[in-house]
Amino acid sequence: MIKAVGKPLEEVIGMVENFRKILVAGCDGCVTVCEAGGLKEAKTLASALRLYFTQAGKAAQVDETSLTRQCEPEYLAQLRDNIDGYDAVVSMACGCGVQFLAEMYDKKIVFPGVDTCFMGVNEERGLFTERCQACGRCILAETGGICPIARCSKRMLNGPCGGSEKGKCEVSSEIPCGWELIYQRLKTLGQLDRFENPVEPKDWTTSRDGGVRKIVREDLRI
Amino acid sequence: MSVQTPSKLQKMIQSGNFAITSEVGPPRSADGVIIEEKGRLIQDYVDAINVTDNQTSVCRLCSLAAVIRLKLMGLEPVLQMTTRDRNRIALQSDVLGAASFGIHNILCLTGDHQHFGDHPKAVNVFDLDSIQLIQTVKIMRDEGRLLGGHEFHVKPEMFIGAAANPFAGPNLEIRVARLAKKVNAGVQFIQTQCIYNMDTFREFMKMVVDRGMHEKVAILAGITPMKNVGMARYMQKRVPGIDVPEEVVKRIGGVPKEKQADEGINLAVEQMEELKGMEGVRGFHIMAIEWEEKVPEIVQRVGLYPRPKLDG
Repeated sequence: MIKAVGKPLEEVIGMVENFRKILVAGCDGCVTVCEAGGLKEAKTLASALRLYFTQAGKAAQVDETSLTRQCEPEYLAQLRDNIDGYDAVVSMACGCGVQFLAEMYDKKIVFPGVDTCFMGVNEERGLFTERCQACGRCILAETGGICPIARCSKRMLNGPCGGSEKGKCEVSSEIPCGWELIYQRLKTLGQLDRFENPVEPKDWTTSRDGGVRKIVREDLRI
Repeated sequence: MSVQTPSKLQKMIQSGNFAITSEVGPPRSADGVIIEEKGRLIQDYVDAINVTDNQTSVCRLCSLAAVIRLKLMGLEPVLQMTTRDRNRIALQSDVLGAASFGIHNILCLTGDHQHFGDHPKAVNVFDLDSIQLIQTVKIMRDEGRLLGGHEFHVKPEMFIGAAANPFAGPNLEIRVARLAKKVNAGVQFIQTQCIYNMDTFREFMKMVVDRGMHEKVAILAGITPMKNVGMARYMQKRVPGIDVPEEVVKRIGGVPKEKQADEGINLAVEQMEELKGMEGVRGFHIMAIEWEEKVPEIVQRVGLYPRPKLDG
């Protein structure tokens, strides 16, 4: 799922300090799973903002809510009846949700409450790590189920580079070398023969390099 | 090595003599004269001069302009190109530009991550990796074609090189396999990472020779003399993919400070003497980092001066 982290409180205060009626809108989707922007975090942020306004001697109303998902119009419609009561909305959804909310309520000022980070997994409690960069053409079948684009810091298709050391990436000893992982997996699977065939330059048109992307599913359209 | 190019480096390797290359690091300014001065210091002692491409991700005068300067002095440059900062359009464009000035050697590298350098906030490109750059230059040279399909007549006649690092992870087996991948992609010469761990390098070369790869690619052994114990320690601890055994640090640190530079040169010369006898080693790549003035002494002391004069 999409992983995000809450923005520092000071940054959010900087965005909303001149508003008096603020809605903090969480999202029950991905950001709830990574505990960055669900109802629980929306409540926490709203409380912190109320405390700020009180301490600053400013009268302000800060409410919180959470939508089933902010990336679908049906659920964004949940705000339709009461959004006019607010000057500004802090959306705690991922960047998709913030934008979609702003698109639907285009006269409302919408601020982001989280920093959207990557697509990843919950490796352990409180440890989220990246797995996919949505290049649009999956090559996991050739790389032992480990993605060199997401897991190699240089997105090499013919790694590992000369900076790989003791199983770690040259960028940080906290980052496992993606190509060492691929190599070990291919070895386990008995597929090392693949390793010596050069992989040709990738077609990046399905990645962000091809321009803004969309999927049209005629079979689903009404 | 099969494809013949006008490269003088290729001719030297084919002549059976040990080939010697060295490198010039461009300045962090527009001062092109420095490149000429550095080139002049070493020109009589080497067969070709590499120019590094924003090495360690520190922004410098570009390698393409620097190799053109050296070429205009009548020297034989090796254009280093990393895929970190340029996509396939820019890389191919630079290869064509270099070839238009008669540059006939290229070293295809992926490049250090920008995290190390003076612009860690920069985007990186990595549209291709080093192996794909080898493939690309080979297609341009042998087929007169760009990756996009355009065909042309005046081809870049490049002697194609790459790096190899026997000391990087996870093990020698994969390092030899990756060299094989570069050979399969079309590489003709290899300049290795700086060698300090002779045991590991010997083992690497044995594996290369056992597979017959030394007949397909010319391996130039990488040598970087240590200036002092501080440098030895820094390379040991801080530079990724470099293996400096503790005895090397102790040897350099074991002599008085004013003698450490001499000891570093002694060590380099001893290593080269040993490497001369190692099967598959076809020459040396001397990377005297900001110490180019020592290259003549090193080459003389290993008995590789004067450089052979080849016809043409």
